[in-house]
Amino acid sequence: MANKKTFDQLEETIYSEKLDNGLTVFVLPKPGFHKTFAVFSTNYGSIDNHFVPLGKQEAVKVPDGIAHFLEHKMFEDEEGDVFQTFGEQGASANAFTSFTKTAYLFSSTQETYKNLETLLDFVQHPYFTDESVEKEKGIIEQEITMYEDNADWQLFFNLLGNLYHNHPVQIDIAGSASSIYDITKEDLYECYHTFYHPSNMVLFIAGDVDSEKVFNLVENNQSQKSFKEPEKIERLLDDEPNEVKQKKSVQEMSVNTPKCMVGYKVDASTKTGSDLLQYEFSMQLLLDVLFGPGSEAYESFYEEGLIDDSFSTEFTAERSFSFLAVGGDTTDPDQLEKRIIDTIEKAVEDGISKEQLDRVRKKKIGNFFKQLNSLEFVANQYTSFAFHDIHLFEAIPVLENITAEEVNELLKTHFQQDTRAVSQITKKQAG
Amino acid sequence: MVEEQVVNTNGLDVHVMNTNKYKTTTFVLQIKANLSKETATHRALLASVLKSATEQFPSRKEIRLYLDDLYGASFSADVARKGENHIISLKFETANEKFLKDDSSLFTKSIQFLKEVLENPYFEGDNQFSEKIVREEKRTLKQKMASIYDDKIRYANKRLVEEMCKGEAYAVHPFGDQETLDTITSDDLKQEYERLLQEDDIRLYIVGDIDVKQAEEAAQIFSVTSRNASSALEEGYSKKDKVNEVTETDDIQQGKLHLGYRTEVMFNDERFPAMQVMNGLFGGFPHSKLFMNVREKESMAYYAASRYESLKGLMFVFAGIEAVKYEKAVDIIKKQLEDMKEGQFSEEAVEQTKGMVKNQLLETADSARGLVELSYQHVIAGSDRSLSDWLKAIDKVSKDDVIKAAQTVELDTSYFLRGKEVNHGQ
Repeated sequence: MANKKTFDQLEETIYSEKLDNGLTVFVLPKPGFHKTFAVFSTNYGSIDNHFVPLGKQEAVKVPDGIAHFLEHKMFEDEEGDVFQTFGEQGASANAFTSFTKTAYLFSSTQETYKNLETLLDFVQHPYFTDESVEKEKGIIEQEITMYEDNADWQLFFNLLGNLYHNHPVQIDIAGSASSIYDITKEDLYECYHTFYHPSNMVLFIAGDVDSEKVFNLVENNQSQKSFKEPEKIERLLDDEPNEVKQKKSVQEMSVNTPKCMVGYKVDASTKTGSDLLQYEFSMQLLLDVLFGPGSEAYESFYEEGLIDDSFSTEFTAERSFSFLAVGGDTTDPDQLEKRIIDTIEKAVEDGISKEQLDRVRKKKIGNFFKQLNSLEFVANQYTSFAFHDIHLFEAIPVLENITAEEVNELLKTHFQQDTRAVSQITKKQAG
Repeated sequence: MVEEQVVNTNGLDVHVMNTNKYKTTTFVLQIKANLSKETATHRALLASVLKSATEQFPSRKEIRLYLDDLYGASFSADVARKGENHIISLKFETANEKFLKDDSSLFTKSIQFLKEVLENPYFEGDNQFSEKIVREEKRTLKQKMASIYDDKIRYANKRLVEEMCKGEAYAVHPFGDQETLDTITSDDLKQEYERLLQEDDIRLYIVGDIDVKQAEEAAQIFSVTSRNASSALEEGYSKKDKVNEVTETDDIQQGKLHLGYRTEVMFNDERFPAMQVMNGLFGGFPHSKLFMNVREKESMAYYAASRYESLKGLMFVFAGIEAVKYEKAVDIIKKQLEDMKEGQFSEEAVEQTKGMVKNQLLETADSARGLVELSYQHVIAGSDRSLSDWLKAIDKVSKDDVIKAAQTVELDTSYFLRGKEVNHGQ
């Protein structure tokens, strides 16, 4: 029986169940929506490149970019291309790979249940040939080249490369034009069998659906497939020093407006559930107090012509790594770097006030309602959180309980000089 | 389906879409003028200046703090080109007060704020916009213009349109241009503002858990009015004798290939649904000819797609390729269009594409901003077609209709942005 949970303040009801084979399923009925959005995700991403394969004893290291390569290749089977099948059923399908997650999704306004079967079946049916693996390399090489021309992407990955000595988060999610040429179909199967076990996966369906019908369909579908006994996946990581690898990098590119990003490496959190959620929100609120629109820093940077509305902050806390970053387009990257650091150092001394916190908290609550309008947001975020035993719909009480004292504690511990690195993109001079 | 009702309050058309699907209420003020080189820059700057200060909230910071206090209401002033029109959109979204414990007047405050932005801007001394704000917003707009170049796909698209539509209003970018920006004075801006209030077509959209009566009452506070909205879609271009080929170089790794086509079929044409299906099958979806041939069969590109600009009668194809494969890519793309014109595709593919196009429309109608966009297209084109009629029209499209639509599509300009040194390796 599915577990039903109602959130009165949000007017949402969500159903969840863990099936016998270990698969976690969530259903969020959204009457009134035309579309149904479903996402089938595995807790496996670009950083999982060193692990003990299912059923084996010895750890292996796989080529960079393999999780993303696998994502591309899942769409093909003996019959051809799964996009065709979705297309015939009026659905649009897609997939993406992040540092820690690979997600397959569709949205459709008809034949929802048939599309759901297709989603389950194609993700649970790996089919790779030497020929199809070779053919994909040209396509992915062009994808990588496209990102090489993307200055924001370069800015971000240069920062990660500065922050980390060993951790695989610094490796481009798609790998490199040379690493992908090392990938074989055997590698793909090995990664697939290790990480695509149902016990490592979450299925989320949001839309105008009948929850009982969905659960029956999924249970029935899963009971016809057999999987090995689940094992705890053993992932290996080299030790990561506390201090950054390199303080600063400057890359010249063909851009009119330079860019600057300041980042801090943070110890990976061991928290789970609502503790982790509270921690993440506290950090986001802190960054918004310091650098968000409406903050003293943002307004003076803007008036001085140092930033535009691309200026933003982010905080990431994932399994095995965590960092924060502040920056954007700027006419003067060195000056912006200095001003960001000065602002942080001053805040560490002065602390933040309750009034400042209350302002950004109120804003974040309002933003949360905006995000809940999007089925895609809810499904993807609920899934990511579920991998950490967090329930998205519990966000508001967690937000309401954060205190200025707690945030000030974080302020003291998260901004050490030796954990800071800077990435800049500057304008390439004609030559 | 969410029904749209339009009420006229003191001359202002208020488009109300009542639904409880969302946890927020969305307001959009659409302000429309003809697109022209003379006014686009002024209007883009005006949008930024209006957004930055009002009589009651005379600075960006005061606006920001007020919005935060309204539970982080989001507010933006964007400019866009829709056909040969220049649109300023003031968008405002706020949480529906019923989900909040302590605030019961968000709706009223929201609409008052929008009125304040449009009708009570912050003026200094002798009734002029603040020099300081104008200076700051000029700088920001200048940087926005310059940044288009930094996103190479966007830049290539802009260059294609400039080359292809030279001499037509459509070639004007909605941000305008740097040269004009440098010359604009506070006085010019004030004149443009007054002209906007007098002449532009202004209308208000409200989407959310709100009924028509409430909306009508709340909108009484506006004194701006809606004008005759549609300006008939016209082709208005001179056909080139031969395809205009433009190649430019930049310091980049991947070549960006952008092709521009013309078609006489526009939004309010009977053949429009067929052209939507044609575009979908040609390059709109992963089962399309461009995706299957340029990407899947030849492994030449990560993206290869087409887009149909129905308010002007244009179609664009874009692909990121290795520079040495330019000719080959162009040949393959040309062949796909020829195949469309000759009917080299199955009935099943047509049916499949119809399903996808309908799916796309219904998905658009699931978001508040999508609903506004769908409705506003009709306002611009001066047509009146409900979403369900539109879906029915797509259902009726036959293979023959798609062929006929394809036959109206002709290549006009090809634009290629490639690296400085062509890499002959591999």
